[in-house]
Amino acid sequence: MTTTTTSPASRPRIDWTRPVLWLFAAVLILLILLPLSWLAVFAFTDKGRHPTLQNFVTLFSNPDFLDPLLTTAIIATTSALICCIVAAPISWLVSRTDMPGRQTIRALVTASFVTPPFLGAVAWELLAAPNSGLLNQLYRLFAGEDADPLFNIYSMTGIIFVISCYTFPFVFVLVANALDTMPGELEDASAILGGNAWTTARRVTIPLALPALVAGALIAFLQAMTLFGSPAILALPAGFHTMTTKIWSLFQYPPKLELAAAAAVPLLVLTVLLLQGQKALLGRRGYSVIGGKYGAPRRVELRGWRWAALGFCLLVLLNPVFLPYLALLNAAFSPNATTLVTPSTATLHNIVFVFTELSSTQLALKNTVILGTATATIGTILALVIAYVTTRKVIAGHRVLGFLATAPVAVPGIVLGVGLFLSYTRPPFVLYGTLWILLLAFLTINLPSAYQQLQAAFATIHPELEEASRILGATRLQALCQITAPLLRTGVIATWCFIFIGVMRELSAAIVLFTSQTKVLSVLIYDLNEGGDLAAIAVLGIAMLVITFAVVLAVNRIPMSGGNAGARLRNG
Amino acid sequence: MRKPISRRDVLKGSAALAVGTVFASPARAAAPEPVAITPDLVAAATKEGKLVFYSSMDLPVGEKLGKAFEAAYPGITVQIERSGSERLFQRVAQEFDSNIHAADVVNSADASHFIPWKKSGWLMPFVPEDVAKHFPDNYRDPDGMAVTTRLWLSSIAYNTNLVKAEDAPKSFADLLDPKWVGKMVKGHPAYSGTIMTTTFQIVRELGWPYLEKLAKQRVMQVQSSTDPPKKLSLGERAVMADGNEYGIVLLKEAGQPVEPVYPTEGTPTISGPTGIFAGAPHPNAAKLFQAWLHTRETQQFFVDFTGQYSLHAQVQPKAGRRKLSDIRLMKEDPAGVEAMTEEIKTRYARLFRV
Repeated sequence: MTTTTTSPASRPRIDWTRPVLWLFAAVLILLILLPLSWLAVFAFTDKGRHPTLQNFVTLFSNPDFLDPLLTTAIIATTSALICCIVAAPISWLVSRTDMPGRQTIRALVTASFVTPPFLGAVAWELLAAPNSGLLNQLYRLFAGEDADPLFNIYSMTGIIFVISCYTFPFVFVLVANALDTMPGELEDASAILGGNAWTTARRVTIPLALPALVAGALIAFLQAMTLFGSPAILALPAGFHTMTTKIWSLFQYPPKLELAAAAAVPLLVLTVLLLQGQKALLGRRGYSVIGGKYGAPRRVELRGWRWAALGFCLLVLLNPVFLPYLALLNAAFSPNATTLVTPSTATLHNIVFVFTELSSTQLALKNTVILGTATATIGTILALVIAYVTTRKVIAGHRVLGFLATAPVAVPGIVLGVGLFLSYTRPPFVLYGTLWILLLAFLTINLPSAYQQLQAAFATIHPELEEASRILGATRLQALCQITAPLLRTGVIATWCFIFIGVMRELSAAIVLFTSQTKVLSVLIYDLNEGGDLAAIAVLGIAMLVITFAVVLAVNRIPMSGGNAGARLRNG
Repeated sequence: MRKPISRRDVLKGSAALAVGTVFASPARAAAPEPVAITPDLVAAATKEGKLVFYSSMDLPVGEKLGKAFEAAYPGITVQIERSGSERLFQRVAQEFDSNIHAADVVNSADASHFIPWKKSGWLMPFVPEDVAKHFPDNYRDPDGMAVTTRLWLSSIAYNTNLVKAEDAPKSFADLLDPKWVGKMVKGHPAYSGTIMTTTFQIVRELGWPYLEKLAKQRVMQVQSSTDPPKKLSLGERAVMADGNEYGIVLLKEAGQPVEPVYPTEGTPTISGPTGIFAGAPHPNAAKLFQAWLHTRETQQFFVDFTGQYSLHAQVQPKAGRRKLSDIRLMKEDPAGVEAMTEEIKTRYARLFRV
């Protein structure tokens, strides 16, 4: 559907899709390889650009770097584990059972995904700062004035908790999608052959959902590893560094770009190993679950457990959604960010300040919306084409393309920011100081998850459907438009929203690449946090959430050609 | 009518204490002719219509200043870029190296920043009439590149709900008492110019051993010097080990439970000079702003609503506020800060582990 701009080939012999695909490949190579090459150059050279390994020697002989590396490993592993433990049961409940309020739970998970991690971190500061936090104040009402705090968000546990709150939706989306599209017949077959519920789950459902869960765990690990927003807000008061905050501190004047580039290398190596591990684990098994001949999955009846299940989901979602949103709302109307608002103390002062006095508000709002829309549109098209190429193995070297599209996931946004900075501050591409460099950064950062998502969507659509169409005389483009595109509609819209939200969430590259005229909301919020202006953050954060929800809702209502075909197929 | 004020009066003035020389006088100085606010300047500035001001001032304070300028000269909008001075310094370097000139006027909390900026030729010489007439020489660059717009302190403070007045620390040495373990908050010299300047003065007066001991007190670390007063008023921590005294004064005046303490060893003093960048995209607006910022009216307004101190000889301290002459101050030394910046960042990061 995105390729409809090229005119359909009049004669079946000439296949215009190939040159177009090569063009996309070239764009991708430029997009990814240029900043990565600059990073490599800086990691392996000294100030005079003479080759050296000194950066790595400095790095690995210094506890100032080894400690953050260990901290990051602990945070990433624990967060990924927590994300899977929380997301897997919720996605199963939502997708495969008759639990009440399934749509509401989905919406709430989306809400936690939409919440930028740095905003969540600030909200949890309001809730669980050891002394002023609302929850700790509440606890002291019962436990006495001098009781030790119940929660301390400025700690390793606190950071892991906040990261998990805003990373588990990644796992949820992948697993729930896999479960949604799983054919009921396979489970029915197991049941008919005498398998009880547990056997069916063990032999059919779990193996079919496994790729999604593993992919989810991987994404969660990488997200937690490269996340800058939450640690930037919580790690400094907690008194330690993660890799990303350490790398950020290397940009302090005078910037030590060589060390920063070198510090990214272990993260890159680790990611490559993990991706290889994922491949080894899943092997060559095929996981196509949408074909022409399957029906909708059957829902498990929970009977008496229905409400308990809903209670569990709501309890989990208290943490990323209800409590933080309440804390932000409270701070927005409170004269003092962590005093509970009463009708007599409620004030509009913070809102007036943000929208009439704060001079960067309008500019940041405008830039953010422009960048979000542009990145989401371009990114979806790019990811769609790459996913098509790699799943259908259309051109030679498709594996390399797949790798390239996934590679940025290994590069912390902040380091990618430096790579882009190095690439686009010199001819032929002088983009620093314009929105273009931010567009490129956001595109590159969001490409891996967009690609993964669309690739997963493609992988679940068996090529037999396209093949059938082509056997019946359609060109590749016609087959794509008439068969594949309608089936992908949900995936494409989800990916668009995914990228848009990704742009709203993105802080790490923006913090390196912004100038005063290209400021975005995330950077503005970070700057406000630096000065401790929590109430202003609450107001801006709420505005940001409202915009994101409005855009996501609007996009989901866009009618697309053959939009109902997918639904018909699934229901049929 | 106000009677003319002589240089001698200036030296007796409340603010212009000899707390150090921010700008050293070279043998040959070539400041441009002082400039008054003329209708021509206003017209040229209004034509540009915009001003970008890089500043580390506490945001509500900075934005209020911007709004006051917009009210004085309708048609010019002020965009304020607030962030810690050390971060601003890094950003200015990054932008200038890439030939991006977004900033018109800069006000840094680390006076030493003007030394390399001036050396690199990044500043535009400009002397407003009021600066020439009413500002002491040791607070203005002899070549007219910058002038100290504001003077403020980094003090100790405590939350009066959490600490009784008789238990409150009186000196930096008191902060090392085990009873304050886990109860203090402070800013970071790698982000904040105020804290960089403060750390330099504390190291000079008390030595690194003091900071080594302070680091063992499990101090909550925030970035900007504007944040500790806010954390204190929220009750998040009981004592502020360093941070903007003016933040405490303003919060106290607003009824928040905070109280400043001027340590017996002396209170670190910070100069915030303002200068115009040579490549300013709105040079006339920049000049108008610089001239307006240093008039008696603006400086008086600034002192009254920000709780900071002015070097303008005709500005009166606000009634009820503590006079600078009643406080024992630590001496300023921007050249010393410049020489020691890297050492402070490295050793501080090692001690406080962040």
